[in-house]
Amino acid sequence: MSTETTSKVNVTCTVNGQSCMLTAHPLARLLDVLREQLRLTGTKEGCGEGECGACSVLVDGVLVNSCLVPVLQVAGAEIKTIEGIADGVQLHAVQQAFIETGGAQCGICTPGMVLAAVNLLAQTPQPTEADIRNGLAGNLCRCTGYMKIFDAVVRACQRADIKS
Amino acid sequence: MSNQTDTQTKIVGKPVPRKEGRAKVTGAARYIDDLRMDGMLYGATVRSAVPRGRIREIKFGAGLPWDEFVVVTAADIPGENCVALILLDQPYLVAKFINHAEEPILLLAHADKHLLEKARRAVTFDVEPLSPIFTLEESLAKKEIIWGEDNIFKSYQVNKGNVDEVWAQADFIIEGEYRTGAQEQLYIEPNGVIAVANADAGVTVWGSMQCPYYVHKALLKLFALPEEKIRVIQTETGGGFGGKEEYPSMIAGHAALLSWKAGGRPVKIIYDRAEDMVATTKRHPSRTRHRTAVNKDGKLLGMEIEFVIDGGAYATLSSVVLSRGTIHAAGPYNCPNVRINAHAVATNVPPHGAFRGFGAPQSIFALERHLDKVAQVVGLSPAEFRRRNFIHEGETTATGQVIREPVDMEGLLARAFELTDYQAKRERFARANEGRSLKRGIGFASFMHGAGFTGSGEVYLQSIVGAEAGADGRVRLLAASTEIGQGTNTIFAQIAADALQIDFDLIEVAQPDTSNVPNSGPTVASRTTMIVGKLVESAALGLKQTLQNSGLLKANYTTDDWRAACRRHVEQFGLLKSFSQYKPPPGINWDEGKYQGDAYGAYAWAVYVAEVTVDMLTYEARVEDFVALQEVGKVVHPVLAAGQIEGGVAQAIGFTLYENVVWSEGRMLNNQMTNYIIPTSADIPPIRVYFEEQPYAYGPAGAKGIGELPMDGGAPAILNAIEHATGVAFNHVPLLPEALMQALNQTA
Ligand code: FES
Ligand code: FES
Repeated sequence: MSTETTSKVNVTCTVNGQSCMLTAHPLARLLDVLREQLRLTGTKEGCGEGECGACSVLVDGVLVNSCLVPVLQVAGAEIKTIEGIADGVQLHAVQQAFIETGGAQCGICTPGMVLAAVNLLAQTPQPTEADIRNGLAGNLCRCTGYMKIFDAVVRACQRADIKS
Repeated sequence: MSNQTDTQTKIVGKPVPRKEGRAKVTGAARYIDDLRMDGMLYGATVRSAVPRGRIREIKFGAGLPWDEFVVVTAADIPGENCVALILLDQPYLVAKFINHAEEPILLLAHADKHLLEKARRAVTFDVEPLSPIFTLEESLAKKEIIWGEDNIFKSYQVNKGNVDEVWAQADFIIEGEYRTGAQEQLYIEPNGVIAVANADAGVTVWGSMQCPYYVHKALLKLFALPEEKIRVIQTETGGGFGGKEEYPSMIAGHAALLSWKAGGRPVKIIYDRAEDMVATTKRHPSRTRHRTAVNKDGKLLGMEIEFVIDGGAYATLSSVVLSRGTIHAAGPYNCPNVRINAHAVATNVPPHGAFRGFGAPQSIFALERHLDKVAQVVGLSPAEFRRRNFIHEGETTATGQVIREPVDMEGLLARAFELTDYQAKRERFARANEGRSLKRGIGFASFMHGAGFTGSGEVYLQSIVGAEAGADGRVRLLAASTEIGQGTNTIFAQIAADALQIDFDLIEVAQPDTSNVPNSGPTVASRTTMIVGKLVESAALGLKQTLQNSGLLKANYTTDDWRAACRRHVEQFGLLKSFSQYKPPPGINWDEGKYQGDAYGAYAWAVYVAEVTVDMLTYEARVEDFVALQEVGKVVHPVLAAGQIEGGVAQAIGFTLYENVVWSEGRMLNNQMTNYIIPTSADIPPIRVYFEEQPYAYGPAGAKGIGELPMDGGAPAILNAIEHATGVAFNHVPLLPEALMQALNQTA
């Protein structure tokens, strides 16, 4: 159905620790609302059909593809986007590791990849190689061949200061 | 000078953090779709859907407020209706004749994206259909003439010795035919631009692209404006791999035409994934035929090669892709008699274009598969056969280029085998596979890749790089070479920092903006580090020389001395600037007419080894281990360089086993990530990368180009390994489970 004919709804949720009121068509994609209304453009669109993971965000601690989530579904939820991963100027260990190991090349998959890695380490603080491969398999990268991304995850979990 | 640099810690060779790394990991980096402007409209492209025909009428469906839309057709074009590249055959918008099913005919813009999409679907065309051709066989057979006199965009012939005389003396004559399919670049950020255009201000385009000056050149013709009225700015670019070499000229022109018609309102066009996959360029499909003469000692006597690529509906870059494929077709071997006939032909599919490797992966695939067959016929192992034929310093390539660098292919082969335990595995797998449903195999490919433009290409380009130093001592590098993920910003800064012996952090790279940076040439052909990097080095040295000549800087200095000297220079004379223009290394000669001579200034040399398993129950082939060993001159940045190789190898694995473009009536049917499959983190084997460093005298700090190399060796190495595992020779990629099933069932 077309979204422009239905009326807009208000949705309250928390984004990166701040509560916000979003006004959008109920079927509007969370991805678009984040990018256009909140100007949180770190969340990227690579495919729009749940295949690439560039649009990954955390909703109540669960990694989701925001291109598949209607905004209505996040009422009352806590959302974390790439903009909420660093602690002020202090990068998250995963971000720091991506820089050091060369896990980001063109960078377009990186926000989603960082979120997937943060999510993986939150669930499995000491992942095996298979855990890393499977944990990131929903996020496509065309630049790196994934090796340096695996290195980044390993390096991040070796850091004592890891927190999610 | 070398004394100074020895005492200074060098940055070339160190894994310094990527310049724009922080912006990328925090989501702060701004790509084209992250930008918006006041009053901005969204643009959409209405495409033919018919592969060949003549337009009779454009129809606008009922029920839409058409007067709210900006509508552009070919009749609205202020200048020439062609996307200027090498030839001028491709229109921006079809005026009359349609030559492929995704050809743009009409453009629409509106502030409401949803309404825009409705409108796009409501425009239809009444077309008188003409008979299309879709394959290179149909094109060669001239089933229909769809381009020029004979469907041929370009042909080359390379001749060395006299191949006609060798067949009679040969102990063995071995023939083979090899094919490769189309491949989508699948950068994760689709093509996109924003344009502002009107008669007063001129045309400004921001966008995701590899080559701002290509877009600039195309817009000049499209709008017939003076040079300074056209401005092209590259925004952070989410991958290119060749896919954003020529296509951005098209989408930039479309957005600019809409803005022009809308009186200068900004227009943004961002392709969604489906449109990007279906309409933009892909790797040229190819067919290669080999006929090879060998004597009983396993020495190559002659090679006759026919190499044909499908260019799609318009010429675009096909002639250049053909050229690189042709020159690489005979590989790093010393063969006295070679003839290569090569053709790029037209079909009614969207134009194929640049993709990492640029024709070389196609012809190298054929050669490295074929040589395994030749070895078998002669009764030698694939390794021994190649050892007897590798090229050495002083010997000549197919184009008659005398190799003047120390090349040690035997050494590379030996090291690659050691790293993979190749010999032992080769024997062990062959024994153990008997009766098993999971069969293992190991195979390799040996190859080279020329860096920079072919032949006199670099001389014609006359690339320029600038460097400027401000009062604070900060140095800004001015080049049109783009950062598309490969690390241009970082590598240029390293080269400049070492040339000037100052802190890496003092160097910044200007955003490529044609109103601001000189034309350092396109970001293609593995030329950015080796060719443009060298210009960066000399432009930076120019700054130092000026300061030293004017007595502001002594021979030995610290970063603080540097800052002080810059400050004094700026106070006395103003901003310090230096430019450097390309000069060919001495002794490079190329005969374009005969296709003879020094095709490239330098080559990277490589041996890649793949280990596979083939599951005889599911018909799945998997790469289990991959070693990529290459000699690339000085490695400027070990992490970025390894990242280039790993990424290229992953794309090669996709090209070989996963990525299949399904065609129907000249259209890609599987234009979604759901059904066009690229490797995920679960599919990729450990990719183990090793470098040998043999500094190249004319590269910056000794570096050669590496960007395309890793695309070349994967496909033949993997298929050689699959033949080792199964005993079946597969000679086409992509090799999907269906083809494996069919062939393995036949032989079972
Ligand atoms: S954009 Fe959401 S998964 Fe690709
Ligand atoms: S870094 Fe470019 S897609 Fe991952």
